[in-house]
Amino acid sequence: MKTESKLQKLLDSGHFAVTAEIGPPKHASAHGIRHHAHMLKDYVDATNITDCQTAIVRLSSIASAVHILDCGLEPIVQMTCRDRNRIAIQSDLLGAYSLGVRNLLCLSGDHQKFGNEPSAKNVYDIDSIQLIYLMRRMRDEKLFFSGEPIKEHEPRFFIGAVANPFADPFEFRVARLEKKVEAGAEFIQTQCIFDMERFERFMEMVRERGIHERVHILAGVTPLKSWRAAKYLQTSVSGMIVPDDIVERLKKAEDPKREGIEICIEQIKHIRNIPGVHGVHIMAIAWEEVVPEIVERSGLFPRPKVE
Amino acid sequence: MIIAQQKPIKDIAAMIADCKKVLLVGCAGCVTVCLSGGEKETEVLASSLRIMRRLQGNPLETVTYTATRQCDPEYIEALENLVKNVDAVVSLACGVGVQYIAERFHDKWVVPAQNTMFVGGSTAHGVWEERCGLCGDCILHRTGGICPIIRCSKSILNGPCGGSQYGKCEISKDVDCAWQLIYDRMKALGKLDKLLEIQPPKDWSKSRDGGPRKAIREDVMIG
Ligand code: SF4
Ligand code: SF4
Repeated sequence: MKTESKLQKLLDSGHFAVTAEIGPPKHASAHGIRHHAHMLKDYVDATNITDCQTAIVRLSSIASAVHILDCGLEPIVQMTCRDRNRIAIQSDLLGAYSLGVRNLLCLSGDHQKFGNEPSAKNVYDIDSIQLIYLMRRMRDEKLFFSGEPIKEHEPRFFIGAVANPFADPFEFRVARLEKKVEAGAEFIQTQCIFDMERFERFMEMVRERGIHERVHILAGVTPLKSWRAAKYLQTSVSGMIVPDDIVERLKKAEDPKREGIEICIEQIKHIRNIPGVHGVHIMAIAWEEVVPEIVERSGLFPRPKVE
Repeated sequence: MIIAQQKPIKDIAAMIADCKKVLLVGCAGCVTVCLSGGEKETEVLASSLRIMRRLQGNPLETVTYTATRQCDPEYIEALENLVKNVDAVVSLACGVGVQYIAERFHDKWVVPAQNTMFVGGSTAHGVWEERCGLCGDCILHRTGGICPIIRCSKSILNGPCGGSQYGKCEISKDVDCAWQLIYDRMKALGKLDKLLEIQPPKDWSKSRDGGPRKAIREDVMIG
């Protein structure tokens, strides 16, 4: 099924895609988002707009996406299951589509315990796999989640999901990825990869099942600013594996930030050679300005043009 | 069974601050088993409140009673005479008991002494854990007898999420990931393929979100 997503066109025509992430601010101005959008516009094919990442209240992902579109960049709206029931999800996504959003990333969302509203009542009315399935059905069969027909103008999103090769149980991770593909995911962005060995094993299992032929997998990378940041991810973020040698390398570096960028570029170069990987997703958390350099020096610039 | 925990005594005292005489009603049901609202706890609470008020120079009179169950009208009928002579009733039952007393004695000030928390069971002496979210449409046959609605922090029906690591949930190293437990059990049962089926969205209309629920057994109804 073709959508109007540029990202889809690019991936379907066999290009190695580059996406990045923009985190909306904790205030009501779009100034920063627009600044980052202008900066990234020629270097990436689309940007994810996080949906109240780590359950912290931020400018809405859909509103941010409209600013990004306005700057000439293609947004990927993230939709979590944490904050909305199926009525709100459908309503917001119809709205997003009407505003020109063409890419959707479905995820369960971080638990509110981690955010700035830990006493909030969460929703989790449906889970991410159900969201993928229902959105796919909305588009391809023109049915609301309830099964009621959508008479006209169904939202035709290019539908994505996430996969975490570093969470447990490891053996089930590929099966769950397949389940997401089965539900209707067309592109997958992975959790940040630091443990290359484990990711290679994951991709091997993906290829064994032929999943890479049914879905576009974009490998997640994150440039680290310091060994402390690496240590934090290693010890305090569930579902992450950061090998000690990365922590050590940053510790020994004279200029840790430079080293972080170097490591990220090496990772991308490595990832480009892993069969079945169709792109990279750069999550430079609060460090968006290094993305152009990373893209350029990884040999991924200029970005291909599609109609 | 229902697990409840007594509110801090200062909170209970504040709810009856302007009363001279109160009736404390314990319940011999669930809250006795979880050691929070039985006869013993009722007596202890009564005496603590009296001591507290005596120290404040504003003595409180208490009457105590423990109902067989507060969630059955026939057992609170017996309170009729006791309720008459007091300014307030402090119920040590779950929220149902408090509501039943308030409903039966509608001109009386009735307050809860407990925080009714969840439906669970004991996992060790003195430890209770939530096991069921009373969703009204049990799916334990699909999840190896482990409830993802309540034991998974995100109520995921197609888990585990990306936060599951080393068998623990992303919210805390002290919380087991329900989906790891489900995976392990289904694997041991040779039923992993069942986990590959996409579980449909849940029909929450059978749960709390559908309004107050009712269960009717016509065969035992009288009249
Ligand atoms: S599935 Fe529903 S009824 Fe069954 S244990 Fe879980 S919450 Fe309770
Ligand atoms: S880590 Fe496990 S229990 Fe926690 S939210 Fe994810 S799937 Fe549920």
